[in-house]
Amino acid sequence: MSAGAGGGEREESGISGWIDSRFPVISAFRGQYIRFPMPRNLNALWTVGAMLTVVLLLMLATGITLAMNFTPTAAEAFASVEAIERRLPGGWLIRAMHMTGASLFLAALYVHLWRGLYYASYKKPREILWLFGMVLLALVMVTAFAGYVLPWGQMSYWGADVAGKAIGAVPWAGPVTERLFLGGDRPGDVTLHHLFILHFVLAFVVLGVVGLHVAALHYTGSNSPDGEVREPERTLPFHPYFTIKDGLGVAVFALIFALVLFFLPGLITEPENFRPANPLHTPANIEPEWYFLPFYAILQAVPSKFGGLVASAGAIAVLFAVPWLDRSPVRAPRLRPVYRVAMLCLPVAFMLLGLAGKHHVQGGWLYVAQLATLYYFVHFLVLMPVVSRRETMTFRGQV
Amino acid sequence: MRRSAPALTAGLLAAALVMSAPVLSAASAADPGHDAAPAQSWSFLGLTGQYDKAAVRRGYQVYEQVCSTCHGMKYLRFGDLLGAGLTADQVRAVAASHQVPGGTDPDGKPVMRSATSDDPFPPALMPPGPVVPPDQSRLAAVYSGGPDRIFALLTGYGDPPHGVTPPPGLFYNRFAAGRAIAMPPPLQDGSVTYADGTKATLVQEARDVTTFLAWASDPHLGERHRTGVRAVLYLCFLIVLLVLLKRRIWNGAHRKVKGETQGP
Repeated sequence: MSAGAGGGEREESGISGWIDSRFPVISAFRGQYIRFPMPRNLNALWTVGAMLTVVLLLMLATGITLAMNFTPTAAEAFASVEAIERRLPGGWLIRAMHMTGASLFLAALYVHLWRGLYYASYKKPREILWLFGMVLLALVMVTAFAGYVLPWGQMSYWGADVAGKAIGAVPWAGPVTERLFLGGDRPGDVTLHHLFILHFVLAFVVLGVVGLHVAALHYTGSNSPDGEVREPERTLPFHPYFTIKDGLGVAVFALIFALVLFFLPGLITEPENFRPANPLHTPANIEPEWYFLPFYAILQAVPSKFGGLVASAGAIAVLFAVPWLDRSPVRAPRLRPVYRVAMLCLPVAFMLLGLAGKHHVQGGWLYVAQLATLYYFVHFLVLMPVVSRRETMTFRGQV
Repeated sequence: MRRSAPALTAGLLAAALVMSAPVLSAASAADPGHDAAPAQSWSFLGLTGQYDKAAVRRGYQVYEQVCSTCHGMKYLRFGDLLGAGLTADQVRAVAASHQVPGGTDPDGKPVMRSATSDDPFPPALMPPGPVVPPDQSRLAAVYSGGPDRIFALLTGYGDPPHGVTPPPGLFYNRFAAGRAIAMPPPLQDGSVTYADGTKATLVQEARDVTTFLAWASDPHLGERHRTGVRAVLYLCFLIVLLVLLKRRIWNGAHRKVKGETQGP
């Protein structure tokens, strides 16, 4: 694995040589994106990172355009979004891209996260790479929430209201923080302004942390489905082998993106948010966007309000600790049969939580949510440390 | 085998739960308090649906002459009617037929002026009673049941069944929530005289104004569908090319492995 100063050959002559001897951007690019050795056995799941990069850039481009035409006041926000959709040339397309992008960004992020868990990409020496990824997950969730409030429709408003109450449920510092966040007793101008600035700034923070995430990846090199690959004969240069593979992945993703955007917008829009925010009328069903439903279900599955909040935040927090919860040195899932089954149950539990959230965790869904929440935490806090220890012993016995 | 018992149990449990999902949700289906609106065939349905622009224009006439008395559409401007197929001159003429507040004269008295393309649709004329008639800018999107139910509601007034009396001030309508609604029957045969000569029956008016409301809720649906077809065709073609290119590039790599081992 080449590291540090680019790893590519220096340009010798011409303008590029002049530039490269003063600022080695050309040799660095060659080292990191042309000759960079990649495990040749990477499967399609390794193209999701490229999809995420492209969507992030699309989100920034469309987001800046939307921000230029958005009025962050409680009185004008909804009308300014209507004007973008109805009258800004191409505004409907730019906003549809931003909304589809938000949903599919989270979807791809969950796939990317699961890929990292399944193939144990968090293990030594990739702990910091993993931690940057987890920071990104948390940042993206906050950014997505802040963005959802901005159109100031009914779901936006009542979503901000629920978030404010959740912050208020934190003992001691909660009520003060809630007032600071909302700027009063209920969501209003100040809340909207806070979230607009937060959304805008976090977008660029995310971009920066993605830079760190990718830098860390280029230092350690990619993990692979069979674990660490270091032998030169088992690697291939990034270009053309992985540029074409990532390119194909991005094109397939773009096709899914286009199908949702142009033909199935109902999948990612909530009709209730086409009603302007009305502080006097609580909608019958306040529910978060689909990507928050699993965490919403955890929140509702725990009987106490503060306990639910802790469990919900803990579901993210526990992911930060994964490199230290899994004690096994083995990465490849095919060498870890029990861990593999447990890893396949995890997305099932996550989807069940999402379904339970969709049904407002009522009736039988409460028990589903509670069982799935239990599995989620048992998976990370019990199965992961215990199974990894036992499987390591089996593995050593075989070798 | 004993070692994998917890994971297997978890897997079986999860599978059982997934299969029982429909049962869990079926229990919560409650009586909506009104008859289900029959599905209509609309030109804008389906993956490549388009609005019947003539119906949208007739529907605007119904809205302007009937609905707008009580229902505003505050997020639309007269200029938006260009999207319904009106020419710029027609839009100017429609706008000019409405009077809007035009500031004050030199004596400080409020004056009225003719509206222009850039003016929003005027607010509803009739002072709202105890029930505020909803704004119709996004009605077809937010009204539960959508265009089918709007059409059913407009054509669903009638005498209540024997023994049913709607509450005072409300009208019996089997498609309204609670089967009673504050809105008096808005449309009759001949409520408007269509500019294009179409016979203005109740059903025709209801269909046209529903199409207009659907258009107002999602005015770019047609353009979205047309752009979508082009984008999807382009991407499919691109994907085929990329698959071929990827095969060609990776074939080289596979040959390299079988033949000489690749040098460092």
